[in-house]
Amino acid sequence: MNTLIFRTVAPLLTAVMLVFSVFVLLRGHNEPGGGFIGGLIAASALAIYGMAMGAEAARHALRVHPIAVAGFGLALAGLAGMLSLAFDLPFMTGLWAMFEIDRVEVAISTPMVFDIGVYLVVFGTIAAVALALEADEGAG
Amino acid sequence: MEARPDIAVALVVLLPFVAAALFPLVHRLVGDVAGWVAALVPLAGFAALWPLVGSVSDGVPVRVAWPWAPSWGLELSFLVDGLSLTFALTIAGVGALVLLYSGAYLKGHRQGLFLGFLLAFMGAMQGLVLADNLVALYLFWELTSVASFLLIGFDHTRQAARRAAIQALVVTGIGGLCLLAAGVTIRAVTGSWDLSAAGSLAGEAYPLLVGLVLAAAFTKSAQVPFHFWLPNAMEAPTPVSAYLHSATMVQGGVYLVARMTPHLGGEPIWNTTLMAFGGATLLWGAVMALRQTDLKQMLAQTTLASLGLLMLLLGAGTELAITGAVLYFLAHALYKAGLFLVVGAIDHGTGTRDITALGGLRDHMTVTFIGTIMASAAMLGLPPLLGFFAKEEMYAALALGQVQPLVALAALVLGNALLGAIGLAVLIKPFMGEVLPTPIRPHEAPMAMLAGPLVLGALGIVAGLMPAQLGELLAAPATSAVLGDAVDTHLKLGVDLMGWPFWLSVATWGLAAAAYLRLDAGRALLRRLDGKLGWSFDRGFDAVYFGLVRLAGRVTRLLHHGRLELYLLVVFAMLAVAAIGPLWAMGGLPAWPRTADLRFYEWGVVALAVAGIVTVVLARSRLFAILALGVQGLAVALLYLLVGAPDLGFTQFMVETLSVVILALVMTRLDLDAADGRPFEDWARDGGVALLGGIAVTGLLWAVLDRPLDLRLSDFFNAHAAPVAHGRNVVNVILVDFRGLDTLGEISVVMTAGIAILALIRSARRRPTVADPKPAAQRRRKATA
Repeated sequence: MNTLIFRTVAPLLTAVMLVFSVFVLLRGHNEPGGGFIGGLIAASALAIYGMAMGAEAARHALRVHPIAVAGFGLALAGLAGMLSLAFDLPFMTGLWAMFEIDRVEVAISTPMVFDIGVYLVVFGTIAAVALALEADEGAG
Repeated sequence: MEARPDIAVALVVLLPFVAAALFPLVHRLVGDVAGWVAALVPLAGFAALWPLVGSVSDGVPVRVAWPWAPSWGLELSFLVDGLSLTFALTIAGVGALVLLYSGAYLKGHRQGLFLGFLLAFMGAMQGLVLADNLVALYLFWELTSVASFLLIGFDHTRQAARRAAIQALVVTGIGGLCLLAAGVTIRAVTGSWDLSAAGSLAGEAYPLLVGLVLAAAFTKSAQVPFHFWLPNAMEAPTPVSAYLHSATMVQGGVYLVARMTPHLGGEPIWNTTLMAFGGATLLWGAVMALRQTDLKQMLAQTTLASLGLLMLLLGAGTELAITGAVLYFLAHALYKAGLFLVVGAIDHGTGTRDITALGGLRDHMTVTFIGTIMASAAMLGLPPLLGFFAKEEMYAALALGQVQPLVALAALVLGNALLGAIGLAVLIKPFMGEVLPTPIRPHEAPMAMLAGPLVLGALGIVAGLMPAQLGELLAAPATSAVLGDAVDTHLKLGVDLMGWPFWLSVATWGLAAAAYLRLDAGRALLRRLDGKLGWSFDRGFDAVYFGLVRLAGRVTRLLHHGRLELYLLVVFAMLAVAAIGPLWAMGGLPAWPRTADLRFYEWGVVALAVAGIVTVVLARSRLFAILALGVQGLAVALLYLLVGAPDLGFTQFMVETLSVVILALVMTRLDLDAADGRPFEDWARDGGVALLGGIAVTGLLWAVLDRPLDLRLSDFFNAHAAPVAHGRNVVNVILVDFRGLDTLGEISVVMTAGIAILALIRSARRRPTVADPKPAAQRRRKATA
């Protein structure tokens, strides 16, 4: 599998797929997409990188352990739900803040933060499993 | 000073828990005087409760409540009436002396932890007797069981202690569950969690409630046939036996029966059951006590007898009987705790507890001897001790009656006589006669260990000299609380020499003396009988307990056999049954055959999917099969896109892609043949289940399509997604907003599954070195060479 062509194309492909995954994540509220599918795309991107360059290189590129990314995502999703408690609203009530930047309306909301959490959990978990399977026998 | 009942109750119930949590730390600070410090906690509780005696004895119970879970209608409520106050004062008073004693008894043996456990138990016990709310009652009830477990198993390096701890926990735990069921039933019947609001519980649920309450009480208070755990609980350090297993925790069942009497009492089923079980336990304990030579075991058996006696009196249920029970509870708590502490002092001073190996200690342990005299006299019921008045009262309650009370009276006289004989034996055998050689040269116990027996004995005498005051302050209010009816005290100092009760007492003493003189012969006879019997309740418990463990093991091995292909087979077979079974059973099978109205390109995608699945089945190589499975999955994703579910199709694409990648990676790790070489029987079996599953799911989907689609939910989500949740993609809005909680649960599962998979991969990688380190080491050596 480690052909020269694959190894040359893989980092490029990974980069494009990661960007695309974020795009899918963010458009999800209004168009097809969302955190779950975005996370799957990002995990595939990392899996491709791992296949081409080796699991160790992929881990190094990620800097943190993927399961830690997943844990962070879960905490983020939980906290997004708890934010409403500060306003004396039930758990997971959606809170919305709309900004207008240069005549473009930008929405920041707790469901969006929640969706980012979903993205990170899916990405982290699948990437962790894929990298662990890709890793050479005996390596961590 | 104005009495603040809420502060008093908080101090009594909560302070011990706080102190228990801090105590290991406190112990490190104060060192050897830890017992004295710990004793301050119950003393504070006692001082806080004492001002309430006035109000309660005037017939005004004090109720305090804090909000607990308001949305469930729960409040943490406590009721201080005559009954609970009598128990609470006893728990605090005896507790102070026992804590003081423990400080000296357990010097250097993880004392901080032990005193902490005892304090926690005290808080739970106080909560149990003061609670008005049924949930709180159950909670404290279970906490006493847990504390008892910790204390019996305190010396956890000994197998016998661990076994006794588990046995006590199992038996009292069963009772605890019965109490929970009783509490829920009472709530269902009355609509209130507060016991004080219950009133009479006669009605449809009455027999059930009586059964549940008595099961809880009989297990906690060790009535025959649940009595066997209590003698075994003597594995605990002696202060625990004195406190939990004679004076307080085992009285929890007695308290429960007394507390429930206004709500459940008065019916023949209640009275007869209590008298029958109580009487049986009284005689059983009294006879079995004769059999023992270990002082602690003798006392444990007499505790059984006393618990049975209390149940019997509560079953009799008349005013005199209840007053007798209250007095006997107090007298017993004083003398039995005293006797246990004395036995601990003897054990401490001589190194043995065997009554046949002890003698002539009166000169070496004079103060202990004095404590024993007071306790034994109370056990015999000699005037003017409190034990005497308790005995007079119970005889008076039953002397004038018909057949049933007469049988009970005979049991009482006989039981009391045998208890008296044990009292004489504990007093005379170790202390009188010639000095026998003991493992340690006999010496007197330290001050802290003598205070308990002396103070408790003195209290028994003082209470006996002031029966009128005791009756007015505690006995009459407690009797009123049990009867649910105000009564006045009739106790006075003096003996009616012409009355029945007195002559029954004389008969009791005579019988006691006779039984004492024949003690050795009786013991020999009982031991012979026991040897012939070859069965005991204790062994019965083991048979049931280990039978359950074996059954659980067998069931586990049957279901959890570790063969993945069988698990999958069962899962998919059940899926098929669950999908099609109900339709078949209820006549909802879909119409057959059907035609599908598809466009040519849709037929094309279907053909792709079919081609994929046929290839999976026919493929020679596993890798090829995995790829074909991916093709089939992608075709399904295409179908989703074509029928207008882009989100679903999109996700399906990614899931299929990743499935192929991960399956292929797993394949490289498993040491499998490239081709699937399973025998024909397996192939047919697996294929059959697969076909069945496919048919079942197809049938289910067809059946769904046969009905008009219910669009209420879809309409709701479509109507509200954009205006309320600011999103036009309804699927995503459902996932992150409408049903966000579900998603939160799902991603938690995803992450947990991921961690589990990582652990599996790592353990599989490590296994060869763990299971067989030598060959691995050899391999490494070869590699380096």
